[in-house]
Amino acid sequence: MLSGAVNRPTHTNSKIVRVFNFELLSNYFSLERESMFKQIVRRILTGVLVLWTTSLIVYVGLSLAPGDELSARLGPEVVSQLTDEDIQAKRVELGLDKPLPVRYGIWIGKILQGDMGYSSSEDSTVVDALQSRIGASIGLLVISMILGTLLGIIIGIIAAVRENTWVDYLLGSVPILIIGVPSFITALALIYTFSVRFWPHLPSSDMHSLGDESFGDLVWHMILPVSVLAITLAAPIIRYTRASLLDVLHSEFIVAARSKGISNFKVIMRHGFRNALIPIISIVGMHLPELIAGAVITETIFNWPGMGQLAVRAANYRDTTMVMGVVLVVAVAVVISNLITDIAYTIADPRVRLGK
Amino acid sequence: MQIHGCALANKSRFNALTNKQSAFREAIYRFSTYRLALVGIVVIAIVVFIALFARWLAPLGPTDLSLEDVMSPPGGKYLLGTDDVGRDVWARVAYGARTSMIVGLGAVTIALLIGTIVGLSAGFFGKWVDAILMRITDGVMSVPPLILVIVFISIVGPSLLSVLFVIALTTWPTSARLVRGQVLTLREQEYIVAAQVVGVPTRKILTRHLFPNLLGPLSVVATFGISNAILVEAGLSFLGLGVRPPAASWGQMVNLAQQPDILLDKPWIWVPSALMIVITVLAINFIGDGLRKAVDPKSVR
Repeated sequence: MLSGAVNRPTHTNSKIVRVFNFELLSNYFSLERESMFKQIVRRILTGVLVLWTTSLIVYVGLSLAPGDELSARLGPEVVSQLTDEDIQAKRVELGLDKPLPVRYGIWIGKILQGDMGYSSSEDSTVVDALQSRIGASIGLLVISMILGTLLGIIIGIIAAVRENTWVDYLLGSVPILIIGVPSFITALALIYTFSVRFWPHLPSSDMHSLGDESFGDLVWHMILPVSVLAITLAAPIIRYTRASLLDVLHSEFIVAARSKGISNFKVIMRHGFRNALIPIISIVGMHLPELIAGAVITETIFNWPGMGQLAVRAANYRDTTMVMGVVLVVAVAVVISNLITDIAYTIADPRVRLGK
Repeated sequence: MQIHGCALANKSRFNALTNKQSAFREAIYRFSTYRLALVGIVVIAIVVFIALFARWLAPLGPTDLSLEDVMSPPGGKYLLGTDDVGRDVWARVAYGARTSMIVGLGAVTIALLIGTIVGLSAGFFGKWVDAILMRITDGVMSVPPLILVIVFISIVGPSLLSVLFVIALTTWPTSARLVRGQVLTLREQEYIVAAQVVGVPTRKILTRHLFPNLLGPLSVVATFGISNAILVEAGLSFLGLGVRPPAASWGQMVNLAQQPDILLDKPWIWVPSALMIVITVLAINFIGDGLRKAVDPKSVR
């Protein structure tokens, strides 16, 4: 249409066309910016609201927990050295004599200042314990997420392209099996195969070998835990990639593209996969909580020094303050990643971007 | 096969005009065309049978210790051998089935109850009730269930009952959303409006129109809820945060495989439980897939 307009012979006509196009363009941009901005602001507000609800649930949990809130704040050893009057004074100072809503207000104020209380199982403040372990967890999660997504997309594409052949049936039934197998059994099977029995070379615990802090050693230790998480994440992605790509491949513009003689690979990657990608983005975001839950178990099995292991140990010691700290961090992570997913979705899909 | 099924389904759809029961029958027919679901039902029937009659099937008892027979291999007196303190593995597998079924069914029943009440109130009252309830639902959903479960376990301490309630408390949002959505769409339906105009009491609209419509989708959610609850219980028991020994649980028995010599040389201690978890969960998921197809004929794969 555009080239037709340019080829028009008369001067006036082409001018009109240009003006018209300019208006269309500016319209497009302002519309886009407004609705995108609005959408992002709305989503940030929703995220804050969700976090606030979570903090409320967490605080109610904390106040139901057995034991004294003062020792949860300061640590039992500090409390045991205080006299009764000092304890009373401290309670007043920390506002523990006030009713629940006020205490909640004080608690959330403290958290916003970076004071989450004292962990009895770690014998340090909750923030220190989280800081020393958050890196290991994030590294494990991010790498598994990237590899799992890639694996899922590749297998999904192969299954879709070979629709209704034995390849498709084989690859299509793999995710059903994986979803039925809990991650700790996958982990044990991998340890059995690659650490003790058939090819006993990969390390099955810790982040480093003793006295070896090199990067290569870290990668070597990462292989098994990352594989467990990546396999878990890949399962739903295989399903959705396959379904989503098949949906696109059966549509008319693909038939048109094929009939124009475009090569099969180009049709699938350019026209098929690009359109199929959009739902996959939201699927990856949706399965993040599951991945985090898998990380809790994986970290425990592989003795990976992350937050999941921390949470399990704290729960075994009934150290509620520490567990709450982990929950808040996880909730923030989930909300932020949902936000990123939404924005990525908005960028990838012009229909969402334009608010249609 | 597929075409044949479709033709029959279409045929019975014609009968729907004359036969009152045929929507239900049609659903049963669609379910029965999905062979894996039938396999699933057989498997679950066997697991439930083992759980119900564990006392007769495993006369040795799950907590009877025999220190002379610690970690003895399968055969002889012990069908599947003994574990690290000399308990009969077969008995523990059988009683573990009981644990899994109790947690699965119990947690899902409570979760459905909470979810239905929350969803109904949110859908019916609307406005601020809806806003508050849905934000709570979002809040519960924003934290991975396993993490939330660990929080509650750290508060109430691990036991069979606490695991059951905690799983229910973290999984109700799915059914709440479903019920709310269903109420909202039904409220707009013309036949509901017509019923209201005619003066049919709300209670009757609920029982005659809403519940029959909910039954299908809720049964699908419940089925997958059961397999999920079994997985969560196994995971928790594996972490030592679930069912406490001496009570038997599959996850707990797999946990023993974290000791290298059991993992490597004494597979009879952990492999049966691991297999039971996988087989049970897969069977329930197949039933769920079958139900989904029966309830919603449009969803093919």
